[in-house]
Amino acid sequence: MARSRAARSRIERIVPILMITPSVIAIAVFVYGFIGWTVYVSMTNWRGLAPSFQFVGLETYNQLFVGIFDLGRFRTDLVNNVFFTILFLGTCIVVGLLLAILLDQGIRGEGIFRTIYLFPMALSFVVTGVVWRWLFAPSSGINILPTLIGLEPLNFQWYIDNTKILTFYWPGLAPILVGLGMIVALGIGISLWSNQARRKYVPIPALAFLAGLIWFLAGGPQNSPNVPIPEEHGFHPALIAVVIAASWQLSGYTMAMYLAGLRGIPEELREAARVDGASEWQVYRHVVLPLLRPITLSAMIVLGHISLKIFDLVFTMAGDANMPTDMPGIYMFRSTFVGSEFARGAAIAVVMLIMVAVVIVPYLVYSTRREAEL
Amino acid sequence: MGKARLLVLPLLLAALLLTTAWTGQVAIVGPGQEGVSGDFEIFTWWTAGGEADGLNALLEVFQERYPDVNIINATVAGGAGMNARAVLKTRMLGGNPPDTFQVHGGQELIASYVVTGYMEPITFLWEEEGWLDVFPQDLIDMVSYEGEIYSVPANVHRSNVLWYNKAIFEEYGLEPPETWDDFFEICDVVEADGITCLSLGDVGIWATVHLFESVLVSELGAEGYQALWNGELDWTSDEVKGAFELLYQILQHVNEDHGALSWDQAVQLVVDGEAAMNLMGDWAEGYFTSVGWTPNVEYGWVPSPGTAGTFIVVTDTFGLPLGAPNRDAAIAFLRVLGSVEGQDAFNPLKGSIPARVDTDRSLYDEYLQSSMDDFAVDTLVPSLAHGSAAPESFGADFGTVMSVFVATGDVDLVSSAAQQICVANGICQ
Repeated sequence: MARSRAARSRIERIVPILMITPSVIAIAVFVYGFIGWTVYVSMTNWRGLAPSFQFVGLETYNQLFVGIFDLGRFRTDLVNNVFFTILFLGTCIVVGLLLAILLDQGIRGEGIFRTIYLFPMALSFVVTGVVWRWLFAPSSGINILPTLIGLEPLNFQWYIDNTKILTFYWPGLAPILVGLGMIVALGIGISLWSNQARRKYVPIPALAFLAGLIWFLAGGPQNSPNVPIPEEHGFHPALIAVVIAASWQLSGYTMAMYLAGLRGIPEELREAARVDGASEWQVYRHVVLPLLRPITLSAMIVLGHISLKIFDLVFTMAGDANMPTDMPGIYMFRSTFVGSEFARGAAIAVVMLIMVAVVIVPYLVYSTRREAEL
Repeated sequence: MGKARLLVLPLLLAALLLTTAWTGQVAIVGPGQEGVSGDFEIFTWWTAGGEADGLNALLEVFQERYPDVNIINATVAGGAGMNARAVLKTRMLGGNPPDTFQVHGGQELIASYVVTGYMEPITFLWEEEGWLDVFPQDLIDMVSYEGEIYSVPANVHRSNVLWYNKAIFEEYGLEPPETWDDFFEICDVVEADGITCLSLGDVGIWATVHLFESVLVSELGAEGYQALWNGELDWTSDEVKGAFELLYQILQHVNEDHGALSWDQAVQLVVDGEAAMNLMGDWAEGYFTSVGWTPNVEYGWVPSPGTAGTFIVVTDTFGLPLGAPNRDAAIAFLRVLGSVEGQDAFNPLKGSIPARVDTDRSLYDEYLQSSMDDFAVDTLVPSLAHGSAAPESFGADFGTVMSVFVATGDVDLVSSAAQQICVANGICQ
C-alpha cells in the first residue's frame, strides 16, 4: 500500500511535467529557436537564394541605420512607424473612450450600437486596406464628396501625398538612444525618490544619467556613426489616411474594453462623489477615468504591438513601395522575399522584435508582479 | 490507474508530431518505369482571365499526350507574381521544389536559381527537340548560363509599347509619337483640353520602373542599355542622368493620382478617353480586348518613343528544378511547352506571342502579328522592371530608388544610389 502511494505521488509529479513537455519543446524550437536563428542570420552576409553564413557582425544593422544604399528607407520607416503608432494609439483610445462613455449612458438599443462599433474588428486588415484604398483614392473617393453639393473637390492626395512636415535631420542613432536612456533614467530616478523605501537606489539611475551627460559633453555625438549626407525626415500627412483606416477598425476594440471597465465601476463610488458635490464632469475626471487607467494600459499594449508590426493594412492600401506610408514590416517583406536579401530582412525583423519587446516586456514584468502581490 | 493512462497522452502527442513530420517525406511516389505517370506539380501565378485559360489549354495538350499524369496546378494569386515568388523561394530553400515553375527569363532565372544551384541544365532537351534553330539566339542567351540552357520560354511579351486612343488622336489630328519630343508636343495639345497626356498606374512602383526602362533604351540605345547590365556603363554617367531627367519631365505629364492606381486602372483611363496614351507591356492588349476594343480601330500602338528596332523582352519560362519529385513528367511537360502545338495552345489565349518563330500566325490577332514581325527582326534586350536584366536584389532596391525619385526628382542623389546598388550586386565595379 505504502509503495503504491509513493509510486502514485511520483506519477503525480511527473505527469504535469510530461504534459507540458511537448509544448515547451515546440515553443523552444519554433519560437525561441527561430528568433535565435533570425538574429544569427542577421549577422551573416546572406543574400540571394544560396544560404551563406559568413559572419559579418553588426554590419547589416550599421547599413540600415547610417548607410545610404537604400536612400534611408529604413530610417524613413522607423520615423513613419513612430508617428503612426502615436496617432493610432491616441485616436483609438480617445474615440473608444468617448464611444464607451456615450454607450454607458443607458441609451436605448445599446446592443445594436455596440455591435456596429465592434463590427469592423471582425474584418481582416486586408479587407479594410482595400476598402479604404478606394475611399481615399484621390480622384474618385472621398475627395469628390463635396461635388455632390456643388463644391470644389478636395485636393488632398491622402495616402500618396508626398509632402513632409515637422521635418528634422537624421543625426545618427547613438545620440537618440543615449538621450532616450537619459530621459528614462531621469524618470526612474524621480519615481524612486518619491518612494521612501526605495530612495537608496537613486544613485544607480543618477550615475547612468551622469554617464550620458559626460558622453554628450565629451563630443560623443560628433564621433558616433552618422549618415554621410544630412537626411531630412519628418511627418508624412499621407499617414493620416492609414491612421483613419486603422482606427476605424480598432476603435471598437478599445470601446469594448472601456465599456467593460465602466460596467465594473460600482455605482456607489459615483454616488458618493455626487453626494460630495462633484459635478458630472468631476465624477469622470476624478473617479471614473483614474479607475480606467489599467484598461488604457492594456489597450495601449495590445494596439501598440499591432501598430509596430503593421503590414497588411498598409500593404493593401498603398502598396509596398510608397515611401510616405512605408513601414518596417513592408520593407522586411520586400527585402526578404522580393530582393532575396535575407540578412537584411532578418536584421529588420530583429529591430522590430526589439521595438515590440520594449513595449511588451515591462508590461509583462509589471503584470506578473501584480499577480504575485495579489 | 487513471493517472497512469494520462501518461499515454503526451507520448501519443509526441508520436503524432513525429509521424506528421515523417509523412511529408514519404508521400511522394516515384514515377512509373514505363511511360510517364504520377503527380506532376506546376507552379505559376496565372490565376485569372486569359492567363489561366492559356495555362489550362496548355495543360490539356499535355494531358492528352500523357494521360497517366495527375496534374497539380499550383497557382498563387496576387501582386503580379510577387506573392508567388515569395512562396516559391521558401519552397526552394526548404528543399521542396515543384516539378516545374514559372520564372522570367534572364537574371530572375539565372541569378536567383541557376547560379545558386537549384536548377538542372536541359541543354540535352533543346538538342533532342531541335529547338536551337527555332528560338531566337538572343532569347536562348537569356536562359543560358556558362554554355548550358536552363529553361524553356513559354511566351514573349513586349515591354516597350505605347498605346493610344485613336479617337483622341483623330480628333486633334495627331500622329503617334516617334520621339519624346513628339510626345511632349502631343502633350501640349491634349492637355490644353484637360486630357491627361500619359496615364500611369504605379502602385508598387514597378510601372514607373517599366516606363524608365523604355526611357533608358531611347536615351542609351540598345547597346548602351546592355552596357548598363554588364557593368560597362555607370549609373552616374551623363547618359543615365539624362535618362533620369527625361523621365522626370515625362512624369510631369501623367495623372496626378498615379500612385493610387494599378496598371490596368491606368489603361482604363485611355479607354475612358481621360488619357491619350499609356506605356505598358503588351499584356495591356488583353485589357483592351476584354473591354471590347478592336486593335487599330479604337486603339493603336507604336514602339515607345525612341525605341523602334529594339524589343524589350518579358518572357515567362519553365525550367527543371534539381530534385524535382517527378523529373520524367517535368521533362515531358517541357517537351510539350516548347512544341509548336503547346506554344499555339497557350499564347493566343494568354495574349502573348510564341517564343519560337515557326508557329501558326493565323491564330494571332493583328497586334500580335505585328509584334511577331518585330520580334523576328528587332534587337532583343531584357527587361529591368520584370527581373530579366538584373538580379532581384537589384530590382527590389531600385524600386526604392525610383520611389524616392518620383517624390523628389533629385537626379544626382538617385543616380549615385543606383550606382551603389549596382556595385553591391556585383554588376558594376
